[in-house]
Amino acid sequence: MQTTSEKIEGMDVWLYHGQIYIPNTFSAGATGSRFLTTIRDKAKITGTRCKECNRVYVPARSVCKDCFAQLKEWVEVSDKGTVLSYTIDSEPKPIHPTDAPVIYGIIQLDGADTGFVHMIGGADPEQLRIGMRVQAVFKPKEERIGSVLDIKHFKPL
Amino acid sequence: MAERVGIVAVAQTKYHPNRCDVNEEELSWEAIKPVLEETGLSLWDIESAVTCSQDFWEGRTISNMNIQHVVGAHLQHEDKVCEDGLNAVYVAMAQILSGHYDVVLVESHMKESQGEKSAIENAAFDPAMLRVLGLDYTSSAAMQAKRYMYKYGITAEQLAKVAVRNHANAKNNPFAQDAKGITLEDVLGSKMVSSPIRALDTKPISDGACAMILANEKTAKKLSKNPIWIMGVSNCYETHYLGDRELADCDALAKAAQKAYKMAGIKNALREIDVAEITTEYSYQEALWLEGLGLCAKGEGGRMVESKAVSMGGKLPLNPSGGVLPGVPNGVAGASRVAEAVLQLRGEAGERQVKGAKTALAHGYTGICGQHQAVMVLGNS
Repeated sequence: MQTTSEKIEGMDVWLYHGQIYIPNTFSAGATGSRFLTTIRDKAKITGTRCKECNRVYVPARSVCKDCFAQLKEWVEVSDKGTVLSYTIDSEPKPIHPTDAPVIYGIIQLDGADTGFVHMIGGADPEQLRIGMRVQAVFKPKEERIGSVLDIKHFKPL
Repeated sequence: MAERVGIVAVAQTKYHPNRCDVNEEELSWEAIKPVLEETGLSLWDIESAVTCSQDFWEGRTISNMNIQHVVGAHLQHEDKVCEDGLNAVYVAMAQILSGHYDVVLVESHMKESQGEKSAIENAAFDPAMLRVLGLDYTSSAAMQAKRYMYKYGITAEQLAKVAVRNHANAKNNPFAQDAKGITLEDVLGSKMVSSPIRALDTKPISDGACAMILANEKTAKKLSKNPIWIMGVSNCYETHYLGDRELADCDALAKAAQKAYKMAGIKNALREIDVAEITTEYSYQEALWLEGLGLCAKGEGGRMVESKAVSMGGKLPLNPSGGVLPGVPNGVAGASRVAEAVLQLRGEAGERQVKGAKTALAHGYTGICGQHQAVMVLGNS
């Protein structure tokens, strides 16, 4: 950690340049873990269906947002879907998993009733549009670790 | 409401891109000192303080730990709200209505200059499904903007006019950070940050604080000649995962607004509200939030933001202060909207005054794509 003293508008100001480093371990939970390990082991995208309203949630969820019902029924959805929205995030940011620009998309997979938030790759920015068809590109099996990033991105069809 | 709660004094600092000359305690005091002076109260008279700050932005766990002395909370009651500042006003009101306290101080501060914006925002997302993707509030807002524009045919020109009008209004606000005289061409020619959001569609980093004193009806009338009454208030949350929401609509805001209007006895918001101060960190939000607030029909926000109705002198002057786009910290935004509404209703808004304003609307939101929405209706009679 670094401390500096800087003259600001005639004042001598002491500044502490801190960085809080706090290791965290997050669990994706029982439902989230099953969703992620299914991508890792089978390269398949799954969801859960609400028996009250019939909505299929992707990623799989344990509770329905509208019915507050516990979701127990698992369904496999397609790796192909339709772009509901997207953005080209132009500026490089340390939080990005890949080099900028990063194209984010919300994709409704065939068989799902919700949008899946991920990245779009291998696309010419000019060809991007809402309604375009895309397909998941999975990383090779040996590189998959049980992360949502085991899907590299969605490519235009 | 059985009992009325009045706001008897409000103050804001001038918003600034970097107040490294003061710490949080000193910054807060700049807003608290004037409300004590105006009411003649001392910190010993403050029975409870509701503060609003955010740990990650403050860079310390329990961000309210270091401001007890300036909010009168040494050996006194204090609660912190970590959402938008409007919710702190709401909590203070509830404390008074509970009968526990007669006089409550609300204080909201944030120094955005001290943190790394996109890293802090990224930490708000679900770690497994969203955080690892590297999303932040701007890239998420961009997808909401895109979806909204697509669904209702809203144009970039319409939204650019939001930035132009707010910056023009900010010239009349002595607390405004950065009242740019910008043109439509400036906004549309500014750097694309996350498409369709350009640099001038967003607000800059900002430091500042806002304070106010609330009291029950009897005490309010003693402390002030013209207390401003909270007529209605509500908030509403919706789901976190972006793909679960129809981002082109704002159901949570619609629900919060209708509940607040009902409590305030408002039947036709557009007709009955004289001035509105709403929180928009991105230009598209002004159009979308107008729809959620029921001030226009779904899909009509684009037309409304470019109409004369929302200009000074129009049917519903929107953000006479310039709102948040010229620079207000996100945690302070809603409290600052309430403070501006109070100034309007007291007829003390100077160059930005809406003549004869009797009923005002204040709005704030917290989180990604307006996940949590809060609405307050205030009146002066």
